[in-house]
Amino acid sequence: MKNIDAKTHVSGTSVYLDDIPLIQGTLYGAALGSPVAHGVLHQLQLEEALREPDVIRIFTAADIPGDNQIGGIIKDEPLLASDHVHFCGMPIAFVVARTREAARAAVKKIKADITPLPVITDPREAQAQNQLIMPPRTFSQGDTEQAWRECAHVFAGAVDINGQEHLYIETQGAYVVPQENNSLRVYSSTQGPTAVQRTVSTTLGQPMHRIEVVVTRLGGGFGGKEDQANTWAALCALAAWHLGKPVKYALHRMEDMAMTGKRHPYMADYKIGLDSSLNIIAYEVTFFQNAGAAADLSPGVLSRTLFHCTNSYYIPNVHATAWSCRTHLPPNTAFRGFGGPQGMFVIEAAIAHAARVLQIDAAVIQQKNLIKTGDEFPYGQIAQSEAGACWQKAATLYDATGWKQAVDAFNATHRLQKKGLAFMPVCFGISFTNTMMNHARSLVHVYTDGSVCISTGAVEMGQGVNTKILQVAAQIFSIRADRVKLNPTNTINIANTSPSAASATADLNGKATLMACNAILERLKEVAATALDTKADAVTIVNEQVLVNREPTGWDWQQLVSAAFTKRVSLSEHAHYATPEIHFDTVKEKGHPFAYHVYGTAILEVTVDCLRGIYKMDAVKVVHDFGSSMNPDIDRGQIEGGIVQGIGWMTMEEVIFDKEGRLRSNALSTYKVPDIYAVPEEIVIDALRSTADNLAIFRSKAVGEPPLMYGIGAWFALRNAILQFNPEADIPFITPMTPEKVLMALYSNKEKGIIQQHEATTSHLGIDQ
Amino acid sequence: MPLLDFIRYHQHLTGTKAGCNEGDCGACTILIGDLHNGELRYRSFTSCLTPLGNARGKHIVTIEGVSMPSLNPIQQALIDNSATQCGFCTPGFVMSLAGFCLSRQVPKRRRAIAAIDGNICRCTGYKSIEKTASIIANFVKQRNETDPVTFAVEQQILPSWFSGIEERLKKLTLSLNGEPAAAGTPIVGGGTDLYVQKPEDIREQSLRFFFDDPSLKGISRQGNKCIFGASSTATDLLESAVMQEYFPQLENYIKLVSSTPIRNMATIAGNFINASPIGDLTIFFLALDTTLEFNTGRILPLRQLYKGYKQLNKTEEEYVCRCWFELPDKDTLFHFEKVSKRTHLDIASVNTAICIRMQDGYISKARISAGGLNPVPGLLTDTAAFLEGQIPDDALVQQACAIAQKEISPISDARGTADYKRLLLEQLIKAHFITLFPSLPIQV
Repeated sequence: MKNIDAKTHVSGTSVYLDDIPLIQGTLYGAALGSPVAHGVLHQLQLEEALREPDVIRIFTAADIPGDNQIGGIIKDEPLLASDHVHFCGMPIAFVVARTREAARAAVKKIKADITPLPVITDPREAQAQNQLIMPPRTFSQGDTEQAWRECAHVFAGAVDINGQEHLYIETQGAYVVPQENNSLRVYSSTQGPTAVQRTVSTTLGQPMHRIEVVVTRLGGGFGGKEDQANTWAALCALAAWHLGKPVKYALHRMEDMAMTGKRHPYMADYKIGLDSSLNIIAYEVTFFQNAGAAADLSPGVLSRTLFHCTNSYYIPNVHATAWSCRTHLPPNTAFRGFGGPQGMFVIEAAIAHAARVLQIDAAVIQQKNLIKTGDEFPYGQIAQSEAGACWQKAATLYDATGWKQAVDAFNATHRLQKKGLAFMPVCFGISFTNTMMNHARSLVHVYTDGSVCISTGAVEMGQGVNTKILQVAAQIFSIRADRVKLNPTNTINIANTSPSAASATADLNGKATLMACNAILERLKEVAATALDTKADAVTIVNEQVLVNREPTGWDWQQLVSAAFTKRVSLSEHAHYATPEIHFDTVKEKGHPFAYHVYGTAILEVTVDCLRGIYKMDAVKVVHDFGSSMNPDIDRGQIEGGIVQGIGWMTMEEVIFDKEGRLRSNALSTYKVPDIYAVPEEIVIDALRSTADNLAIFRSKAVGEPPLMYGIGAWFALRNAILQFNPEADIPFITPMTPEKVLMALYSNKEKGIIQQHEATTSHLGIDQ
Repeated sequence: MPLLDFIRYHQHLTGTKAGCNEGDCGACTILIGDLHNGELRYRSFTSCLTPLGNARGKHIVTIEGVSMPSLNPIQQALIDNSATQCGFCTPGFVMSLAGFCLSRQVPKRRRAIAAIDGNICRCTGYKSIEKTASIIANFVKQRNETDPVTFAVEQQILPSWFSGIEERLKKLTLSLNGEPAAAGTPIVGGGTDLYVQKPEDIREQSLRFFFDDPSLKGISRQGNKCIFGASSTATDLLESAVMQEYFPQLENYIKLVSSTPIRNMATIAGNFINASPIGDLTIFFLALDTTLEFNTGRILPLRQLYKGYKQLNKTEEEYVCRCWFELPDKDTLFHFEKVSKRTHLDIASVNTAICIRMQDGYISKARISAGGLNPVPGLLTDTAAFLEGQIPDDALVQQACAIAQKEISPISDARGTADYKRLLLEQLIKAHFITLFPSLPIQV
């Protein structure tokens, strides 16, 4: 089944935030972001801006009637700066005017008196100065101290991982329309309608029942709108509350890029130990997460880094510590993978390091150490592993041996072009790592004509969750898909939702829908049983026909619904689902946090132009643990999109802040995401159809985040290609592997090559200006 | 006002999306139809950078204008291939592919892909979109010699009223009375730079629109010279028979320059006058020693246009009318190189072109242009002088690279560190020689 939104998408009639027809009198907002990354805010000079034509009012922190606080996990972030600024782009004032243009023009006329304070952009520096979001966390199993003594080989090194801009093509925005009785309707481009509701409620000091949040769909989210849509909704709500007028703010791209957080940059130190048979027996890692100026979702992201610090491998002795470091960057936030990718990059770097020194293929170490069913993850959960099955199938199906020979042959015959191969296994846990968030509700109405509408807390952002929920209802009722409609997500229909995130949205909301549909179905069967003089368990519905003991009865779906209504039987149900079995003890850092894991293996090939330092992605071939896919079209799209987004993060997407904390890659002209020429020439995806019972909806394992991490293999494939050209190459574990990094590495340590990698000039945080 | 704002916020046609406001994402792609030598021609434009003034006398087509009660084959193919996820970029892809269907070039898969090279999708990973493009290319192959608009209407790619557009445009053109704008009014060509740099400043300003001035158009050969109008676009250049004849690699070079809609909009003289240190076409034409003619009649070599960073050897009232350069003869070798973070639709880290004349195995004349290395785009004159009178070999290239290092003063910025740009220039000079003299054993 195709995505149910596809038809309106291709005809341009899908409605996004900026497309909502405006109510007369709508005013337009624009935020002033701090021009300084850290400083004391003395005062704002607003007079000149207020004199601009069409400007209605400028709101500052003093105008906030409730708490000036938008922090979710930790209350550490004001909506509008009042006395200090903590990052460039931090909202200081909110202009409201009759036109967009007037609001933006007035923003430029505001003068902020700020005394600059020292700026920290480096997480290690923040950690050294004890600038922490929260105390560090440590996961451990076994005894690494003891284990080092048993190692035949020990390697240690450092890693520097850059962030990633979400670059959803629809920018952030909100449109707030006052309603009667001091209520507000908030249209928001958010993955978390309840978070928006709570934030508006807190900042206005009004009960949540006065705030209605409506989301039809997003033009992309990727985590960037999980928590960071709150700001714009709260600003528009603030203005609408005071003025009694509708207020809208759809951010300009450069505002969005400058003011919102991104995937967390990480630095890390690792130490890996192997025995003489190449079993990894000890691993120690310290992560320095660059959280930015406020907590946002960083504590959650940090935990997933720890959960995935051993990726697909079983390591008996692990000691992993993570520091969430407060710097003066915009608060970094959720991004597909949610800290997992950074954790995985470090273990892959450690393995690549070991393999290079031991002069073996990294794949040998990778394969040897894949986690098996019954092995324990460092956080205590026992693996139900498909890691080996995925690897084996990929190696066989894609003829890894022949492939490697072909690459070797190519490299032997090409002087200025070199190919590199890399394996990338992935293991990703499904569930919010914060156990209390794993619940959802669904409200299903069957109307008297037999049509069905469904409301859930799921937000459609292209991942096809609405299509999957529709499939659940159509399958349970056994009715035509076009009888079912999904409603826009609305906090009035479904309350207290978790955001659409963690790859778990279809599972959670699908299961709740399944329960609601089943409850209605049971009542309908009772109605049929009574009317047809049989027992309810003899009644089934197949293709809209009511059967008794599998024999047609002449009744159809419509007739059944009509009969139930006549008998005054409820045709509506509101069901609640909470994932069973999961638990986690954050004191012991042990438990069973995930409903299940998704596994997979990718093999990637790249070709490097060793003259110019540019490269192309030849192929990515994957065996992915689908479970039993509910919708192969949608799932394939998620995997292909995830792979390319992951490759983008590892290769060309370079978030550049200067030492003053100003974003230099602040537009699409300076921040490059993959275009159609940059994608792998070939992407092959094969399904590992695991049929084991699991907690996924209809056993269809989640597919949103895991594929992104296949892209990590691109970095290592490039590294392998560079080593083919220059076996002595100095290739520090710094991401992304831009053409610049490739060229510098190709000619590093070569006789005439002047070039050595210098941390000061290659670190993403340290470019000279 | 940019055309996008007019479409979305004045006409309330919300199918055209605002994504980046700088022509880099393609969500706002529309088609513009005009009469070109009396023949109806459609090209894709990013409406965020299209001056509303450039819409005068044209047919503007948005997603609403290609949508019919039933889906057209482009829309259907996108759905069949699951090539839409969040959907925000999708109308732009539909329009770019509609532009491909309406283009007169021979339909091929790589051209269908090229038609969407200015459209960014963050969800799909493009493989499903590539498949869609292949299907559309195959579909259009059935067209044979039929006029593209006729074919598109017959096949219900476009609504039937498209057949009447040519007549309506002819009438529209006749009824237009262009008044000369006041002297001193800023000049707009394609708008692709001006609307990125200062959209607010020019929003309410009166402007002179030169994009469609027929006297500033045309690319032709006169004797051994190629003469082109200042408002010729990069696409005009790509499609010019003269250029194709004398530069067999033209398509490969131009593919490295921005994207299809931007090439449809951006003028060559605009690239010169913008004075960007890394203007791709500037680098291309510097190596060809191009000459400029201003409206005042003054003649100036392109290499003398730049006095300093963004400072031009030109008065405010002067504008470029036409340009010319000597076409390469059989002994002249030309090559263009560009490297950027993303190979396509990106600004160069370093770009360079070379033009050398060979005589009896010797280099008799050499010009090497380079961008991204100095405050202005320019020629590496010392390097070129060193090469003249020499036989090309590895030692010569290595020495030329060393001399080139003394002619540049790159800075570290978002496009790369100074060290990287120095190394990259060296590599690209070697790439010139490896390409032009494939048998030379040049050490890299």
